[in-house]
Amino acid sequence: MATTKIYVFNRFNRFWHWGQALLVLTMLTTGFEIHGAYALFGFEKAVGYHTIAAWSLISLWAFAIFWQFTTGEWKQYIPTLEKVDAMVKYYVTGIFTHAPHPFRLTQLHKHNPLQRIAYLTILSIVGPLVWSTGLLYIFHDYWTEWGLRAYVTLEWVAFFHTMAAFMMLAFLIIHVYLITTGHTIGAHLKAMITGWEEVEAD
Amino acid sequence: MQRIRWTAAALLSGWLALIGASSALAEAAPVKLNTTADHAKFKELQKQFNSGPEVTKACLSCHTEAAGQIHRTKHWTWEFLNPDNQQRLGKKNVMNNFCISISQNYPFCTGCHIGYGWKDKNFDFTSEVNVDCLACHDTTGTYKKPPGLAGNPVVGKPLEMPPGSGKFINPVDLAKVAQKVGRTSRDTCGACHFFGGGGDGVKHGDMDSSLAAPDAELDIHMDAAGLDFTCSTCHKTSSHDVPGSRYKPTATEKHAAHIRGKEKQGNPATCQACHGNTPHKSQVLLRQVRMNTHAEKIACQTCHIPAFARGGVPTKLSWDWSTAGKLDANGKQFTIKDKHGHATYASHKGDFILGEKVKPEYRWFNGDIKYTLLGDKVEKTDMPTPINRIGGSPTDGRSMIWPMKVMHGVQPFDPVNKTLVMPHTAGAGGFWKELNWESAIADGMRNMGAPFSGKVDFIKTEMYWPITHMVAPKDKVVTCAECHAADSRLKGIDGVYMPGYSKFGWLERVGWLVALFAFVGVLIHGGARIVLSLKKAG
Repeated sequence: MATTKIYVFNRFNRFWHWGQALLVLTMLTTGFEIHGAYALFGFEKAVGYHTIAAWSLISLWAFAIFWQFTTGEWKQYIPTLEKVDAMVKYYVTGIFTHAPHPFRLTQLHKHNPLQRIAYLTILSIVGPLVWSTGLLYIFHDYWTEWGLRAYVTLEWVAFFHTMAAFMMLAFLIIHVYLITTGHTIGAHLKAMITGWEEVEAD
Repeated sequence: MQRIRWTAAALLSGWLALIGASSALAEAAPVKLNTTADHAKFKELQKQFNSGPEVTKACLSCHTEAAGQIHRTKHWTWEFLNPDNQQRLGKKNVMNNFCISISQNYPFCTGCHIGYGWKDKNFDFTSEVNVDCLACHDTTGTYKKPPGLAGNPVVGKPLEMPPGSGKFINPVDLAKVAQKVGRTSRDTCGACHFFGGGGDGVKHGDMDSSLAAPDAELDIHMDAAGLDFTCSTCHKTSSHDVPGSRYKPTATEKHAAHIRGKEKQGNPATCQACHGNTPHKSQVLLRQVRMNTHAEKIACQTCHIPAFARGGVPTKLSWDWSTAGKLDANGKQFTIKDKHGHATYASHKGDFILGEKVKPEYRWFNGDIKYTLLGDKVEKTDMPTPINRIGGSPTDGRSMIWPMKVMHGVQPFDPVNKTLVMPHTAGAGGFWKELNWESAIADGMRNMGAPFSGKVDFIKTEMYWPITHMVAPKDKVVTCAECHAADSRLKGIDGVYMPGYSKFGWLERVGWLVALFAFVGVLIHGGARIVLSLKKAG
């Protein structure tokens, strides 16, 4: 089978993906410790790491959002229902019989329809839920000053923050697994490291 | 450079102190430089004193208003009217679950009174000469008031105590003590307050003889080699009135540190009086403000006193009077002691549980305390009857989370009248000699003019003692994880969300279940891919 290489993930793209991966892992590890799921670093250190990682992630997001809009990359997340059924069918049956992948990756369309929906959900629901509750959490000490204390309680902020964390955790598990579903097991991973994805030639 | 200068200064002053000390051996000890009057030079004090009141008379010849000031204080009246609920409290009126009450035990209990001769309820509270100046102003450490003498020191000849024991207490040299009077000290306050409840450390748990000269680890403020605070540094008196009431404590203060001398400055004995209510400093971003937010709901004491009874003196945690009265094979009273020599059982008192380095219990507390007083109805149930009820809730806007010593007791009560009772314990006719509850209680209640059915039963009680002394250095405070963990120190405290401790129940279950499904799902999916691949290849 003839393949051709296309450059899908440029340097910044890879940087912010891996930076985000590292920070999200740190956030999940320390976050669930803060929540009391286990003891690893100790509560105080966990809070410290969690806070540092949070500020780093917020900065990274700010850059990434800027990048998405200046480069037009935001278009990669426009949801589409086209071929969604084919994608679902592929993951449910086709993948086991080595049927051809229904989605043809190009530089203009990096993400298959399911990825678009998943990433858009992360970007538009999980992300905002995480950072809005996270920022409220960080600035808990200023609620009185800002006149917020009558409207928000730490309990509810923590509730939604924890909920978002569980959503992120579930996403992470599935995301990591789906890396292996390229035309070879390591293909997607390689692409996210080198930037080059091998696709079937026309 | 600064450090070298300080070291040099310290060495020099140490050397000077040595010279001073050696010359002091030759001459009379120099008068402490914190007083402008050497009382040894006062003619009024250069005479033989045959009783406490004689000394007081001499004191009053100069300090004309002192006795009048004393008369207005709780230290004198042993009485306190709670302005919030009109309860008449004070040592004279309240009960506890240690020695229970002072009824009919006056000569013993009033060994700690700052007066002379309070031997029964007919004591004259208007007498000026019966005010005991020396109890608080002795600097020699030789002024002692043994229990049983109604607040009098031993004068004249040595006193055999207990009678027939062959042990003698020497008389106090009143002239010498009077000539050496000075400021109050940890020793003079401690003579009574360290030994409350009948022995060292028994009652409070956060006050015992280890505070006479503590190190920094035991009490950062009173550290004898450091700040060296005396009791009165915080309990700063005004006209002999000592602030810092157990009956109406200040639980919450919302203000910055006081400027001394400012009007209406409130209770000077609180932490906030000096530290304000935003006391934390940190270079770490947000940490300072986070700690100060903690201080809005959590009393300073909660984090800064990780345990009480830390000075090597155990405190009583439980006193069970119901087991008192057992005799040994010879029909005599006996005592069982633990390996440190502290009684865990005594025939005349019952069973004790003692503790050292005790972790406090924590409660919302707003400073309101309501006592169960003589005559108040009590029901015997499985729940302990409160001797005092503390007020507080997370929502009243006046409460903070406070550390408490909760003293547990089993003590006599009248099951017919359903009241706690005040037995006569010490001295002739008291329970400690006779081991007879009926007569001891009848005697105590008769003295109070209170009804007694003649029936005796025992009831479980509990009593709250807010913990406020033995402040640890800042590197020894309660750590974050001690509260922010499943096994939290603040377990059971409601009204606050505590990360690490608080949980959401169904969110946890659903959340972990979703994660588990995702994980199992990819395992199955991946497994199927592998199996089918192998099949195809094979």
